[in-house]
Amino acid sequence: MGMQIAFFLFSLIAIVGAILVVTTKRLFHSALALVLSFVGVAGLYILLEAEFLAALQILIYVGAIAILILFAIMLTRHLMDPKARAFNEQWWVAALVAGFLFLVLMAMILRVPWPIKAAAVPENVIEGLGSSFVGEYLVPFEVASVLLMAALIGAIIIARER
Amino acid sequence: MMDLENFLPFLGEIVARWLKGFLPVWLVDVIMMVVVGLLIILLMVVVVMALTLLERKILGRLQDRLGPNRVGPYGLIQPIADVLKLLVKEDIIPEKADKLLHFLAPVIIVVPAFMVWAVIPFGKKLVAADLNIAVLYVIALGSVTSIAILMAGWGSGNKYALLGGFRAVAQLFSYEVPMALAILSVVMAAGSMSLQKIVEAQSPLPFVLLQPVAFLIYFICGVAETNRSPFDLPEAESEIIAGYHIEYSGVKWAMFFLAEYINTFAISAMVVTLFLGGWKGPVLPSYIWFFIKVAIMVYVFFWFRATFPRLRIDQLLNFSWKFLVPLAMANLLVTGLVVKLDLGYWGKASAYWAGNILAGGLALYLLGRFTPKKALA
Amino acid sequence: MVPLSWYLLVAAALFCIGLYGVLARRNAIGILMGVELMLNAVNLNLVAFWRYVNPSDLSGLVFAIFVIAVAAAEAAVGLAIIISIYRNRDTVNVEEVDLMRG
Repeated sequence: MGMQIAFFLFSLIAIVGAILVVTTKRLFHSALALVLSFVGVAGLYILLEAEFLAALQILIYVGAIAILILFAIMLTRHLMDPKARAFNEQWWVAALVAGFLFLVLMAMILRVPWPIKAAAVPENVIEGLGSSFVGEYLVPFEVASVLLMAALIGAIIIARER
Repeated sequence: MMDLENFLPFLGEIVARWLKGFLPVWLVDVIMMVVVGLLIILLMVVVVMALTLLERKILGRLQDRLGPNRVGPYGLIQPIADVLKLLVKEDIIPEKADKLLHFLAPVIIVVPAFMVWAVIPFGKKLVAADLNIAVLYVIALGSVTSIAILMAGWGSGNKYALLGGFRAVAQLFSYEVPMALAILSVVMAAGSMSLQKIVEAQSPLPFVLLQPVAFLIYFICGVAETNRSPFDLPEAESEIIAGYHIEYSGVKWAMFFLAEYINTFAISAMVVTLFLGGWKGPVLPSYIWFFIKVAIMVYVFFWFRATFPRLRIDQLLNFSWKFLVPLAMANLLVTGLVVKLDLGYWGKASAYWAGNILAGGLALYLLGRFTPKKALA
Repeated sequence: MVPLSWYLLVAAALFCIGLYGVLARRNAIGILMGVELMLNAVNLNLVAFWRYVNPSDLSGLVFAIFVIAVAAAEAAVGLAIIISIYRNRDTVNVEEVDLMRG
């Protein structure tokens, strides 16, 4: 019972946050709503017993990505005229497409018999993650670090003032 | 001494057993959680009041004055007078402020400050939640503070507040990287992210002796993370008239103040837990040792403030990215190598020592060699 | 326990909301936020499947961590591009960035 209440609470936070992100006119507020949504998803991770991922979610999405976005909004602030239109002319088409996609996904999710296995989470998830990063997934791990390095250098070069 | 050690957990158990007599088990669990949370909050408020007085007293002594001495004997009741003053002060909301953000920022900034204490081990058996990802949890919460600071800076509708917010977040960001790397070398040496296990790994030698470079990096970053002098640019009164909390008064300002002091105390507690052996110590009960060590660290923080002049923003950022980050990486490399060596405890300890001295010495030499003369002027 | 499909529904909702944001926003930063929402939805799916289908196989979590890393890289480069466009063209509105139009 407590589980269900917590689930509803966190998914409400995530979804209301997400709706505010795409509907709020002031961009700074919508970035903060994005933070709210991230926190809701982190809560869902905790319910899924992936505490490590919840901590990563807070650390990287809230602590880094959201702050980068807020920074970018602050740097481009004199364009943030609250009277300007925040949405383009096709917003209703977009709403239709998104709504239709959700209906399709919902129909699919509710119909497919998912192969659920009621197993407990192993004790040493973090150790397992660590060893799979330097074992089974070594190449993707190295590629990800090269990607991050490239992104770091690329971002500095693109955004640098000449 | 055994009795003193087990006194608080024992008390908790008795209360829980008594409650379970007439309440369902889950309700008792919830009640115990709430009680522990409230106790921690209460403790922190008392600690912050004590810290404000201590800081002013110690700074006064270091600057050859008396410090507060009017209210009560030796000025002991000064913090209560301060709290009363802050509570009755008029709450001002600027005309151009974004009302919602201006209201929410001080609320959000205290949340991570309190939440950190859930995982810090006060004593052998005194830890609210011994998470196995405690270290990651602390780092993650530290980064949430930046959101509140940006909200305050933006929501105040004041250009100085905005500048202060920018500065604060740039600083927090830059110092989080070497901080995390320094913690990482401790985690590698201890082989766990649980703070309780890290404390237990520090016997016979605490990590300050095995990882002196990581200790120094962590301490410097800790000072920077809490916006304390000499890294107090975000709230530099003489440059940007107090930074992101300039438009706050009364209780809301007190929230920022509270968060800052709790964070100072938390960083001291983290230094103690990660490097100084946590609650370990002879004779006295563990939590007494913990508070003695934390008090010493807090004194060092105050001492720092009284000794060093404020840095310039470019010096601050350069110091982090061009000195601390490479040094922390080198230290991480040394730690990784030593962890893999098959040397036994004392062999590893001496290898850590040699590696740390080498990395630190090399870094300092390079710093002296390549610092342009005009950067020092 | 909460059934798997509830998590999937939440993730689907997040994905569609993010999609709407990407399609309807004029501001490039707003579009980026929509993309982040969609990536979050994907992650939620990965973790939910890991938990319900086979918790002893960690590849779901590993993938989620890769997605987070990629999202971080994407945000950094994307925002750098936005700042650069803002500097050169004085706008962050995607409809006005039409340098490539013939």
